[in-house]
Amino acid sequence: MTGSRIGAVLALLRNTWRGLTSMRTALALLFLLALGALPGALLPQRSLNAPKVGQYITEHGWWGRVLDKLQFYDVYGSVWFAAIYVLLFVSLVGCLVPRSVEYARQSVAKPVLTPRNLGRMPHYATSTVDASPADVLAAVRPKLRGWRAVEREEDGGARSISAERGFLRETGNLLFHFALLGLLVAYAVGKMYGYEGQVIVQADGSQFCNSGVLNYDSFRPGLRVDGTQLDPFCVKVNGFTARYLPDGQAESYQADVQYQSGADLETNTWKPYDLRVNSPLRTAGDRVYLLGNGYSPVFTVTFPNGQQRTGHVQWEPVDQQTKLSQGATKFDPPDVTDPVLRRQQQIAVTGLFAPTAVYDGKVLSSGFPALTSPAVAVQVYRGDLGTDSGRGQSIFSVDHQMIADGRLKKVASQNLGLGQQLRLDDGTTVRFDGVVPWVNLQVSHDPTQDLVLVFAILIIGGLVTSLTVKRRRVWVRATPESGAEGGGRTVVEVGGLARTDQAGYGEEFTRLSGELLAAPRQRAEQDPE
Amino acid sequence: MTVNTTLATYSDWTYATAIAIYVLSMLFYLAEQAFGRFARRSERVEAATVGGSGGGTAVLDRPAPPRVTPAGRPLPERLGRMGVALTVLGVALHASAVLTRGLAVHRVPWGNMYEYGSAVCLAAMVTWLVLMRRFPIRRLTGFVLLPIVVLLFLGGTVLYANAAPLQPALQSYWLVIHVSAAATSSGILLLPGVASLLYLVRTANEHNPRRFARLAPRLPGADMLDRLAYRTTIFAFPLFTFGIVCGAIWAESAWGRFWGWDPKETTALVAWVVYASYLHARATAGWRGNRAAVINVLGFAVMVFNLFFINLVVSGLHSYAGVNG
Ligand code: HEM
Repeated sequence: MTGSRIGAVLALLRNTWRGLTSMRTALALLFLLALGALPGALLPQRSLNAPKVGQYITEHGWWGRVLDKLQFYDVYGSVWFAAIYVLLFVSLVGCLVPRSVEYARQSVAKPVLTPRNLGRMPHYATSTVDASPADVLAAVRPKLRGWRAVEREEDGGARSISAERGFLRETGNLLFHFALLGLLVAYAVGKMYGYEGQVIVQADGSQFCNSGVLNYDSFRPGLRVDGTQLDPFCVKVNGFTARYLPDGQAESYQADVQYQSGADLETNTWKPYDLRVNSPLRTAGDRVYLLGNGYSPVFTVTFPNGQQRTGHVQWEPVDQQTKLSQGATKFDPPDVTDPVLRRQQQIAVTGLFAPTAVYDGKVLSSGFPALTSPAVAVQVYRGDLGTDSGRGQSIFSVDHQMIADGRLKKVASQNLGLGQQLRLDDGTTVRFDGVVPWVNLQVSHDPTQDLVLVFAILIIGGLVTSLTVKRRRVWVRATPESGAEGGGRTVVEVGGLARTDQAGYGEEFTRLSGELLAAPRQRAEQDPE
Repeated sequence: MTVNTTLATYSDWTYATAIAIYVLSMLFYLAEQAFGRFARRSERVEAATVGGSGGGTAVLDRPAPPRVTPAGRPLPERLGRMGVALTVLGVALHASAVLTRGLAVHRVPWGNMYEYGSAVCLAAMVTWLVLMRRFPIRRLTGFVLLPIVVLLFLGGTVLYANAAPLQPALQSYWLVIHVSAAATSSGILLLPGVASLLYLVRTANEHNPRRFARLAPRLPGADMLDRLAYRTTIFAFPLFTFGIVCGAIWAESAWGRFWGWDPKETTALVAWVVYASYLHARATAGWRGNRAAVINVLGFAVMVFNLFFINLVVSGLHSYAGVNG
């Protein structure tokens, strides 16, 4: 009883496995993969643009929330997408194992027996010649160079050749599928052990070191990365140059950097590098990319007691075309140690920055992304910036909760050109002193990407082989003609079969069979006994 | 480097003329269809299907070319030939539009969507001319020209971008390699889509002669269409794969990762998987004929979708197109 139950379970498992590894299932899964990947191209994705996802959800109400529940904004990390590719993966393995076995078996096997009735083959040709079957085969043999052929003696003095070629097609096909498998595995491993971090660095000689996760503005680790073992290196950004066409389109971005890694870290040696958009810095197993850029306006605040503070922090471009930017540069009053007092006198300079000022009345906007006539339209706030509140702070704006609570007040609002200043009621002045460009660097680490490339190349190689090589079979049979006038004459038959779905064997067969049938005759003519 | 505006203008004119010539040659094919009921049978292909390992094997021989009547060519034949002459002229103009655009901007002429679309269509048309020399498919040219003209028209109006130098992300020799592979393979892949669509029309008619009764009899045999679709697909597919791989290599140096699920990337992968399904379907019992053709048409749809919709509606890293920037 238990025996039969185990049998039933085994049968179920076997059938499931067969079903999963059948061509039909592979087809269905491939289709699902295509279908499943598509929403990721159509809907905003968290991994690419998180704010847009939020916006999409608010705009689409319950529908947006349902999509969120179903992980449609993280398609490529979703459970259902993973299910599809894991199944496909299993199906692929299940398909490849038996095919590899079959492949190995076939690679040592002899070509099949010549079918009894060649006339039934899809391609067939025949003729009669004045030569013995042995001579016929001797004449035909050289014409089948490059084919895997075997000769056999048959009943009644007949002889035949069974030949096939195009075995390489299966080689290519297996190579392709195995390489695909390899690529998927390598990609997954790379995702697990890789990381990606972004950081903004002022292009005034400031530097960034890949020594810890905290040095980054944002950091995306792989599952197996905890951020404690980053490959150490440092990058110093000495300058940044952007060139623009008259219509504002960027022509080139170039950051003048220096870096140190490995032994250079100990000796504190800096190597120069010309960092550009299409040429990342590759060092210490990592890559450093120049992704974005912008401006940091420099402000000097002179407090009533005469003390000065100069500061600049990146402002974010709100318009990529003109580099109109917004931000908040924050100052602590000097020499105030009492936290309560200090929290009443913090200053934030916020507003808009335009590299090329254009005014519509008093409203500032930017006409061009390069620094031709920089200006700012600032609102100055004084009070408690909320830096001690424990709440997360945006570096691009002031804490609006503080304004709502009346603890942070707007005390001035004015347009400033370079070198101009404004004065607050208590005598504090804020001067717009200059501009420093900043660059957004991305550091990427992917230990398997070279391996992925190798597999990709194998995929292409396998594909080309498998799609261009044709599998063909051809048989030649030479039978002594029977009957009264049969003396010494031989019937030669040629049959052909195309084993893969490659049309056009007809022409090829006509040519080949023509050659094969002509060969004995030519040979007989060349040496007539 | 500055743009040579004279050449750029010249390129625009040539482009418009090429479209006009294509439309004109379509009219000739249409006239050929309208007048020509002859030669229907002469191009029919005999098919024999035999069971073999790995599925059936369709054995198709190239049919004998239609005989030319000695006493001058009949009218439809002449119309068709004029159509071909016009198509060749159209392709020549189209090619020179692409070439002059490249000369005007001193770079490869596929730096934005308008230019890319034009290159894709050119690849399709050149391939078609080559195929026309090898297969008796002249009468299908009108069907091929239809999507091409639509694409070129949309490209020249909706997607049009003024001649300009490249933005920094595009300044790389990978632009030459990746985009030429992508454009060529995408162009070629437009053809099997048309062939498979006509295949469906043809087989629908074979099952029920009342369906597509006017159109179907003028098409080549179903197996000829199938063969055309398959051959062009397997030619373009490895090239398409190569194009995607080159794209990944380029993305690694321009965007910081070789694969990032950018909408354009993703849709290319989807198209790739659909074509892989097509090849699988051709090797799966019961899927070889109509179903494979449907999949191939789907592939076509995804390609066109990728060409237009993705760049216009969805914004990703690839939308430097000069359209919504
Ligand atoms: C990750 C999913 C897969 C992809 C992207 C894929 C892709 C392809 C491609 C592009 C081809 C045509 C090129 C060639 O013949 O080498 C092909 C052929 C083939 N695939 Fe796959 N494949 C996948 C999974 C599978 C699975 C799971 C199976 C087994 C059930 C399978 C079995 C086959 C077979 C038998 C052929 C040969 C068809 C022929 O003889 O024309 N594949 N595959």
